Amino acid sequence: MNQVALLLAATLGAGTPLAIGSLGLLVNERSGVLNLGAEGVMLVSAVTGFAAAYHSGNEWIAFLAGAAAGAALAAVFGWLVIWLNTNQYATGLAVSLFGAGFSAFVGTGYVGRKLESGGEHSVPLLRDLPFVGTALFRQHPMVYLAMALAGAAAFFLYRTRAGLVLRSVGESPESAHALGYPVRRIRLAAVMVGGALCGLSGAYLSVVYAPLWVEGMVAGRGWIALALTVFATWRPARVLLGAYLFGGVTMLQLHLQAQGVQLPPQFMSMTPYVATIVVLVLISRNPLWIRVNMPASLGKPFFPGS
Amino acid sequence: MDKRSLLRPLALPAVFALALALACTKEEPKKEQAPAAAAPAPAAEKPAPLKVAFIYVGPVGDAGWSFAHDLGRKAIEAKYGDQIQTTFVEKVPEGPDAERVIRDLVSQGNKVIFATSFGYGDAMEKVAKDFPDVYFEHATGFKTAPNLRVYEGRFYEDAYLAGVLAGQMTKTNTLGFVATFPIPEVLRNINAYTLGALSVNPKVKTKVVWVSSWFDPPKETEAAQSLMNQGADVLLQNTDSTAVLQAAEKAGKYAFGWDSDMSAFAPKAHLASCVLKWGVYYDKAIGDVLNKSWKTDSFKWGIKEGVNDFVKIASFVPDEAKKKVEEAKAYLIANPGAVFKGPLYDNTGKELLAKDVVADDKWKSSVNFYVKGVEGKVPAGQ
Repeated sequence: MNQVALLLAATLGAGTPLAIGSLGLLVNERSGVLNLGAEGVMLVSAVTGFAAAYHSGNEWIAFLAGAAAGAALAAVFGWLVIWLNTNQYATGLAVSLFGAGFSAFVGTGYVGRKLESGGEHSVPLLRDLPFVGTALFRQHPMVYLAMALAGAAAFFLYRTRAGLVLRSVGESPESAHALGYPVRRIRLAAVMVGGALCGLSGAYLSVVYAPLWVEGMVAGRGWIALALTVFATWRPARVLLGAYLFGGVTMLQLHLQAQGVQLPPQFMSMTPYVATIVVLVLISRNPLWIRVNMPASLGKPFFPGS
Repeated sequence: MDKRSLLRPLALPAVFALALALACTKEEPKKEQAPAAAAPAPAAEKPAPLKVAFIYVGPVGDAGWSFAHDLGRKAIEAKYGDQIQTTFVEKVPEGPDAERVIRDLVSQGNKVIFATSFGYGDAMEKVAKDFPDVYFEHATGFKTAPNLRVYEGRFYEDAYLAGVLAGQMTKTNTLGFVATFPIPEVLRNINAYTLGALSVNPKVKTKVVWVSSWFDPPKETEAAQSLMNQGADVLLQNTDSTAVLQAAEKAGKYAFGWDSDMSAFAPKAHLASCVLKWGVYYDKAIGDVLNKSWKTDSFKWGIKEGVNDFVKIASFVPDEAKKKVEEAKAYLIANPGAVFKGPLYDNTGKELLAKDVVADDKWKSSVNFYVKGVEGKVPAGQ
């Protein structure tokens, strides 16, 4: 039983960076902008967060720094895509590559440095509950923040006027524009929020999850976060589910290996990605389902006055 | 539709394509001295410096495998001064790209090429055929040619010593190993680790997790986590970063540094570091070239020759334990490579070595099993 509790705990930890990044991309995509540069944003914020943690010794400063760096890079992306109307896919890819190179360059001085250890994080009292204590309450605060963010995103999108406006910009920017809403500024705000959350996720990776910096340490999680947003049909609760599913499958295969289960490890490493693809295929079978759930203007440039 | 409105939409994608193409070039050759200043003012007999190039599979800053090779490069630079001029290219992927990089280095005038990863073997073999006057040295490889030789450390000696220490420090009698790919070198290390531990503690068992990568810190952290969740309290790895050590530190367990001295990363968890001193071998290699005594061969140097070492044993390790490690080390210096000797059984009960038989190089290069004491089955393929 303890094994299962430990596995659940590991799942929560592994799924958190994906969940936070994916929630940010969800807000981003709800406004109709597709930011393929998530990986680059996460890398830049991972190195920024690590540097901030190294110099300040405080992980919350590091998270803020990571979020700020993420928002800044996303703002550049946003300017290119929203005001200059460059192709969103190509620009996103370019940002991704730029982020990879830039973070490697900036980070050369930080490779091999170590951070002050954060110590064990847990919720007092609750942590000692049998099973549930080990599974749920011995986590870094960021794990709980991810869950709170999902709730906040759902509340924002479906219960507030601002969220309604954001969704309408994503569905039909022309109509929103006709109604007098500043479509481009709303899109930029959404892109920056997306960048900030991806930034938070990147900083979590380099400061808490594997507290060191090496180039490419995000190892594709940005792309996974992008896939997860689609996987979750742009709903916050499903994003959490998808992130924990992916994290869970990743940790499960390592656990099974450590237990001596006889499946080839290469096959086991594949399983999280295969699981994501299978769900994406299942979701995409019904074109009506996709049309109903996907923001209608996703990926399309908006020209006011055209 | 006039020409301008056709060209305009093409301009931006063209710029991006160019940017992507430039961004995709990973090579960053770093010259240690500007070429113009390289050759010293021509004195009567002073020859032009010997140009030596290194290719690394990972970043120099990995504090592990590639870092150790670069320390070796710096050591020969310090020793030979302006007799040689070194360059290196890092993060060269194993595969067709490696061949391109090696040819490029040869065309730049490098006369000695060191390729520091197993996967460069095919590329080295191909290029060596085309340039018989260039010396090729391949680390951890096995294909040789008249101008291509292989060199390797006896990593399993270090793994054995780590096992001797681990067997005495473990409280749960469960050891963990974070492994990369199921090639003989890695399996030898897992087996040596286990044998070293069994020599001081017959109750230990080793669990292994494969991460299918030489270098992936978050994955290494996850692997270490799952091993510790299964009860392992002393970890060893043959991945190239400090992630496993740091994960052990966070969880209050023990681990080792691998490839280089990682004692600074985990004051409470670090038991010792299995280090590589490639400078010792590179010194010999350059010496051979300069003295014109270079011959193809297959070198396997270990603790005795100074390429491998087991250092920085933690101060909190009891003296009893340190003594046993010293004894094992002395044994290995007197009997280099004699880690595997009979009676030895694999973990299905099959006999591998009869009583008192010491494994030879052929046996050691075809290790594809776990010895008794390691749990699980060796994954197929590589």
